[in-house]
Amino acid sequence: MTDLTVTSVPSRSVQFDSAEMTARVKRRYRSERRFKALGGGALLLTAVFVLAVLLDIAFKGLPAFTQHYLVLDVPVKAEIVDPKGARNPDDLRSADYFAVMREALTAAVPGIEGRVAKKKLTGLLSSGAGNDLRDRIAADPSLIGTTVKVPLLLSDGADLYLKGQQTAVSTIPGRGTATPSDTKGDITILASANDFADDLVAVKKTLAARIEDLQVRLQRAEARGESQASEAASLKEEIVALAARVDQPAVAENLDEKMPSLLVSINGGLVKLNTISNDSATGTVILPLNTIDEARPLDWSVVTYAKPESNRKTSDIEVAYLEKLKADGNVESRFNTIFFTHGDSREAEQAGILGSLVGSVLMLIVTLSLALPFGVLAAVYLEEFAPKNKFTNLIEININNLAAVPSIVFGLLGLAVFLNFFGLPRSAPLVGGLVLALMVLPTIIIAARASMKAVPPSIKEAALGVGASHQQAIFHHVLPLATPGIMTGTIIGMAHALGETAPLLMIGMLAFIVDVPQGLTDPATALPAQIYIWSDLPEQAFEAKTAAAIMVLLGVLLLMNGMAIWLRSKFERRW
Amino acid sequence: MAYQFFAALVLLVSTAYVVGHRRALSVAAGRLHDLHSLPAYHGLFSAIGVFVPMLAVFVLGAPLVNWMAQSAALGNFDAAIQADPLQRSVILRDAVSLAKGQFGGDASPELQQAAADFKSVLANGNWAVLGLSIAAGLAALAAAFGTIKVPFRARKHVERFTKIVLGACAVVAVLTTIGIVFSVAFETYRFFFDPAIKGKPSVTSFLFGLEWNPQAAMRADQGAISTAYGFVPLLVGSLLITFIAICVAGPLGLFSAIFLSEYASQKVRAIAKPILEILAGIPTVVLGFFAALTVAPLIRGLGEAYGLNVASESALAAGLVMGMMIIPFISSLSDDVITAVPQSMRDGSYALGATKSETIRQVLLPAALPGIVSAFMLAISRAIGETMIVVMAAGLAANLTLNPLEAVTTITVQIKTILVGDQEFDSAKTLAAFALGFVLFFVTLLLNYIALRIVRKYREQYD
Repeated sequence: MTDLTVTSVPSRSVQFDSAEMTARVKRRYRSERRFKALGGGALLLTAVFVLAVLLDIAFKGLPAFTQHYLVLDVPVKAEIVDPKGARNPDDLRSADYFAVMREALTAAVPGIEGRVAKKKLTGLLSSGAGNDLRDRIAADPSLIGTTVKVPLLLSDGADLYLKGQQTAVSTIPGRGTATPSDTKGDITILASANDFADDLVAVKKTLAARIEDLQVRLQRAEARGESQASEAASLKEEIVALAARVDQPAVAENLDEKMPSLLVSINGGLVKLNTISNDSATGTVILPLNTIDEARPLDWSVVTYAKPESNRKTSDIEVAYLEKLKADGNVESRFNTIFFTHGDSREAEQAGILGSLVGSVLMLIVTLSLALPFGVLAAVYLEEFAPKNKFTNLIEININNLAAVPSIVFGLLGLAVFLNFFGLPRSAPLVGGLVLALMVLPTIIIAARASMKAVPPSIKEAALGVGASHQQAIFHHVLPLATPGIMTGTIIGMAHALGETAPLLMIGMLAFIVDVPQGLTDPATALPAQIYIWSDLPEQAFEAKTAAAIMVLLGVLLLMNGMAIWLRSKFERRW
Repeated sequence: MAYQFFAALVLLVSTAYVVGHRRALSVAAGRLHDLHSLPAYHGLFSAIGVFVPMLAVFVLGAPLVNWMAQSAALGNFDAAIQADPLQRSVILRDAVSLAKGQFGGDASPELQQAAADFKSVLANGNWAVLGLSIAAGLAALAAAFGTIKVPFRARKHVERFTKIVLGACAVVAVLTTIGIVFSVAFETYRFFFDPAIKGKPSVTSFLFGLEWNPQAAMRADQGAISTAYGFVPLLVGSLLITFIAICVAGPLGLFSAIFLSEYASQKVRAIAKPILEILAGIPTVVLGFFAALTVAPLIRGLGEAYGLNVASESALAAGLVMGMMIIPFISSLSDDVITAVPQSMRDGSYALGATKSETIRQVLLPAALPGIVSAFMLAISRAIGETMIVVMAAGLAANLTLNPLEAVTTITVQIKTILVGDQEFDSAKTLAAFALGFVLFFVTLLLNYIALRIVRKYREQYD
């Protein structure tokens, strides 16, 4: 008797349309929707993050793809460039082109006096500004004695200012007339219509803000008690003094470098203001005035550099010169070819990624030529020829573990074995390539095995059936069919190797190397290492360079991954 | 020298192939199907026969000649100088550069003699090796020529050789692991037990010490700085950042995987998958730049707005971005295991009236749990071993703290900091980096092993 007899089932009647049941169903659907929204939200957040990274990098990096040049008529005087008159190419290469450029620059911004001001003017140019001119003249000595129009490379600070990353400049035309007292030196400007009143109010506001800051500091000092009593006292004095100045809105104010800079553009010149009251101002002439005549309304203007001078790299004088050169049409923005044709440099405007790009390519060549054959052959062995024993098992476990070893440990291996034991050169693409090859080997082995597994056994069996040997069946039939999968895995492995930084730091590829490497044992750096080096530098201009280098790296990676996807979709066969 | 050798090698090996091929054709005398192997295999057989002895002679001969040349150069100096390893290496370096004509300074007569000896022995020896290898190649070619007969099983020999090459390639992976273990373990052993290393810590003070300060005093006036190799602050720093990362990546990655595998339409998948792949493909140096220049200032600003004192290299910034880095890792692994749960289990749950989320929570996740736990383990192992994000966004000073707003340092940051630049292999500081690498290697190995065991042990066998 195996039949189960149901004796008593506790019967329960369910009212599906009861209020309790409806509420429960509603609650369950609500929780369902919540759960789905959580999932979608997680995905969305991830996407937002990816977008944030890419946009942030692009926003930071795009300015680095252009570079400003000063296009000037440079008189190439024979007595400066070639004092011997021999037109000897070596002499021409070592001539003083800086003197030539200085002459052209002083001609473009006339009337500048004083060593400091002149130094600021020539300081606008990069230390490598003369390279182009030198190359042109060395190539064509007949240019000597003529006037050549050449683009001169601007320094990183000037370039940053012209890209609008230093300060905003605003100009307000004068409502009344203005009269300067002199054309150069320290002068006074009298305005007929209280033109400086708004600026004076703004200055008093800055002072009021300063009082607030001081009061916060005072509170902190007082909270610490006795030990800072003297500091508290001096802070109090300072606050009282400032408050007195703020309380008298009509009294003239001194400007300092922690306030926005005020300048007056009048009669073809430019005056940097030191003190202002409602209707007059005193200041120092930066660009000399033509006359001391009264300027009519709207013919003169008050210029404000919004960011205080102490908070930016480009000083007021430099901004004034650049504005003048820009207004005269001497400044030109061009595509930054230096970035793609030069190696590293301490000067941001002369730094490029070519050296590190070549280093990366050399390294990848080494990596590919080692990892691909070794990886594929190892995969063939493990997949087809390895006897099933403990040793083979060990190799398999080992390969899987190797794929998860942190990359920095491969760097330690490279340092201890390749550099210390075998004595290979530091910073060489050869060593970098070797280390990366060991790192991507497991990836390639795993990918190659997977794509060989995907080839149906019937192919191999058919080959064996018509008399091929085992190796012939594998090498003539299975392996060619597995090639697209192997290529895809290899490209992804190479992309991984290209972006890897940590092991390279261990083997000395974190060096300042100006020259483009010529061979596998030349000192070199790699693109990601270059990115790391630049990201560590304090100069603001290098931030954009870093982001631009990242854009190039991501572009190459995207290209490689795109190629892998294309290969997969084009050649992969579903059996 | 190497160039001549490789030219000779290529020439002789290709000649051998042609000779073997021709010989096979001629012994077959027109009756090709009588041959046991195809003529190409006879060619390959001869080529391999020439290649192996030639390479063997070169690989053994070249270092031998170099060694002989060096001892000839050193023979010009006193025994006392020869015994001193430092002077030995200086003399050898100078002699080699003098022999190459790259020596800058004034050479002593002994050095000049040494360079001359070095040069002549090296040149003679190299020619001898080249001649010997060519002779060996020719002899092998003659032997192969004699061996080739109609019934000769050339293919068998070639295939045996191929198989050996294949096996050797597979062994490279094992050699890599052995290389890692030995190089790291050897230096770690020296760090703890080599009597020649000054200022080394004991094993217990390394493992349980609460202070990390490997900066050995360089000058007398820096004597106040005490060197300490306590590993705990680094471990705590690594674990703190990893914990933050998992807090970010765990829920985000898991929910993304659930959404992708259970809810998303084909269209959404087609967009979301590449986005995750892009994230997985972003190099960590890029994420480090983003963490250091964008996320860290942002967190600092936010903290200040709430009156919190946030370090500019806070653990939070590094942890958040590292969490972003491992999202695709967790999501793709979890996606795989959730998808692998048989459809019949879903259908069964639906048939009982469960909603989709109830099915996921009460059926799919428990079934996929071992796989998900192992994905988390692998993600933790990756986060602990990650270097660039923490190098760029985390601090250098070893603070023993659990506050995510303070700067902490990690194992990988310290390895990088110690080993970048010139290092001496006999200072405790350099060796400390290897000890850290040793710990890192075994921690990640352990995590991977546990992950593997969990999957093996708890995996439900469906179907």
